[in-house]
Amino acid sequence: MIDFELQPEIVNAKNMIHVLAEQAMRPISREYDEREHEKPWDFLNMMWSASQSSNPVTFGEGKAKKEAAPSFRNLQSAVTIEELSWGDAGLYLSIPNPGLGGAAVSAAGTAEQKQRFLARFREGEPKWGAMAITEPGCGSDSAAITTTAVRDGDSWVINGTKIFVTSGLMAAEKSDGFVVVWATVDKSAGRGGIKAFVVERGTPGMTVTNVEHKMGIRASDTATIVFEDCRIPANNLLGSAEVKTTTEGFKGVMATFDATRPAVAASAIGIGRAAVDFVREALDKAGIKIRYGISPKKLTTLERDFMDMEANLQAARLLTWRASWMMDQGMHNNLEASMSKAKAGLAVTQVTQKAVELLGPLGYSRKLLLEKWMRDAKINDIFEGTQQINLMIIARRILGYSSKELN
Amino acid sequence: MVSFQPSEDQQLIRDTVAAFAQEQVRPLAHEADEKGEVPSAIIQQGWELGIVQSAIPEAYGGAGDTRSVITGALIAEELAWADLSIALHLLAPRLVVFPVLEMGTPEQKERVLKIYAGAEFRAGSAAVMEPRFDFDLAALTATAKRENGTYVLNGAKCYVPLGDQAEQLLVYARTENRDGYDAVSGFLVEKGTPGLTLVEREKNMGLKALETDELVLENCRVPAANRLGGDAGCDFAKLMNYSRIALASMAVGVARAAFEYARDYAKDRKAFGVAIGQKQAIAFMLAEMALEIDATRLLTWEAAWKLDRGEEATRESYLAKNYAANMVMKVTDNAVQVLGGHGYIREHPVEMWARNGRGFAIFEGMAIV
Repeated sequence: MIDFELQPEIVNAKNMIHVLAEQAMRPISREYDEREHEKPWDFLNMMWSASQSSNPVTFGEGKAKKEAAPSFRNLQSAVTIEELSWGDAGLYLSIPNPGLGGAAVSAAGTAEQKQRFLARFREGEPKWGAMAITEPGCGSDSAAITTTAVRDGDSWVINGTKIFVTSGLMAAEKSDGFVVVWATVDKSAGRGGIKAFVVERGTPGMTVTNVEHKMGIRASDTATIVFEDCRIPANNLLGSAEVKTTTEGFKGVMATFDATRPAVAASAIGIGRAAVDFVREALDKAGIKIRYGISPKKLTTLERDFMDMEANLQAARLLTWRASWMMDQGMHNNLEASMSKAKAGLAVTQVTQKAVELLGPLGYSRKLLLEKWMRDAKINDIFEGTQQINLMIIARRILGYSSKELN
Repeated sequence: MVSFQPSEDQQLIRDTVAAFAQEQVRPLAHEADEKGEVPSAIIQQGWELGIVQSAIPEAYGGAGDTRSVITGALIAEELAWADLSIALHLLAPRLVVFPVLEMGTPEQKERVLKIYAGAEFRAGSAAVMEPRFDFDLAALTATAKRENGTYVLNGAKCYVPLGDQAEQLLVYARTENRDGYDAVSGFLVEKGTPGLTLVEREKNMGLKALETDELVLENCRVPAANRLGGDAGCDFAKLMNYSRIALASMAVGVARAAFEYARDYAKDRKAFGVAIGQKQAIAFMLAEMALEIDATRLLTWEAAWKLDRGEEATRESYLAKNYAANMVMKVTDNAVQVLGGHGYIREHPVEMWARNGRGFAIFEGMAIV
């Protein structure tokens, strides 16, 4: 039955996290935007302790098992991520957790690997996981990566440079975490030769050489990591070592995105909602009513803009809920995940831009958070697949084209 | 519990209507548009699906099925996918049946519902829109004045589907001298009531097959008992929310038709040695069309779901309908664009969908769920 009412468990989680977002994130939001690269340790420690006693807030962890009772894990993630990002998207991204690296381990790892790499997130000091895909010479075209992994006895030896690694510094050097690195074991095999490897924190040959200065999400570190003859155990390869003539292996890794794209969309929506909520309150205070139900021709530009913001945000949210719900149902959601991400990234970029405009001189000022939200929002139109890459995926699916036929 | 899956019953209804739409209605669409006429046989066939009379209680001769806004949305999308004119014609009797069903007095139900519970199509409709550039649902100008146990109706109405043939016409007019939804009531006007005159059958950019009429009410007198809901009146705002869901769903149906046609064309048509769908300029257009159609459907379902729960949903219905009106215009225009010069030729249906799609920003109260 078509239903839009969230499960009571999700509502409870949402309400709890909203309080947290309001009381623990918003008050330090501006500070850690301005103090780029500094970590809000009180907040991070609090989030870490909270994650020890409850289900950690993580990026989507992959598909629900078919035999299990119907799950709503991914939907709950979407709702809680929205709430945290309503608080502050940069802080949300810096919360200690397995992150995208963890999502890759969950999606492609063996039971032994999951235990070895993920159990640590249940104990001890705060830890981070990270995923390293992008290189200086390739981003969206992840099949073109040049980082290599060469088998040498019981080890893999990794060489190459990775950039734009979210939480890369925390995962590679500042905590007992790990980085999942995409590398090719056979360049001539193209996509079939690309594998994901787990590199433990502090492995010799792995060095963080730079932390980026960014337009937004400044509380989150975005690292450059260089791998120089970095030697890891053979059993740190996620999935099979076999080089396939088909693109099956590559597709397995790409499937991680079906879980993470709705999560990014959810974060975007949280930022967008922050902006819409703020504008609504400002209009209320100014005594400006939004007249739903009158002839659209009679609306003021302001009313029309505000309604567009609301409708686009809600459209993005429902697409995101649908993609998450499908994953919970064990349905293939590649198309819907990309739809949610493409819509949310663009919609929220535009929603926050419009919010800054509607608040005029106040919107542009750093005294308010609107301008920050606009800066934060933009990343969602870019990472985990740009808007254009997601449109490409949608197009391929609706037209039934392979990546060779449409690129 | 969040779910995006229609119930089994809803899916069955949706599949049945979709099969009818695809096999029976779609093949007639082009000729109906060219001739400016809906073939009567298809109307009778559609009637037999029970999309109007099934919600009428058994006491009045119907099947007594539960009326659901979401089910209505599913049906409206499928029918409009096949052809908007035929869909609006088929659904027109709902415009009088559903308001009476939900808000009518027992006597009104007895009188009206029985007419529409039978095995044969009977025309019925509602007159909402008015021929003014600044027409506003929230500020109707047609008036109803109470006089000696009757109401006297005055005003002009337009875009009334089957207006001239409707046996029962529900005319909306203000009973109080002010703007607002709550100043409006509905009045049952029987065909042939003195003072109700056909001005003309309208000639519109789209909806060419559908009979829509401009009507004028000049001191048209109806018994006070014909006021929908009696002295208590009706909830006009809610009825217009139902209408927004119907129209938004139909916009999704028209857009989906255009998208599917353009998608198939793009896979077939070659340029520069490859299918044009393999070019990003075309592929991205199609991708955006697909995602906006889905987004609009979800917005519409959510508003419908709220209405089914009896919640106030003016904001959601209004936003969904306006979003749908913009979406369908963009999607149908893009479909014409994907076909290029061929899209402008009437042998392909996309130009018709673009003409029909343009109307949704203007249409109000022409269908109901």
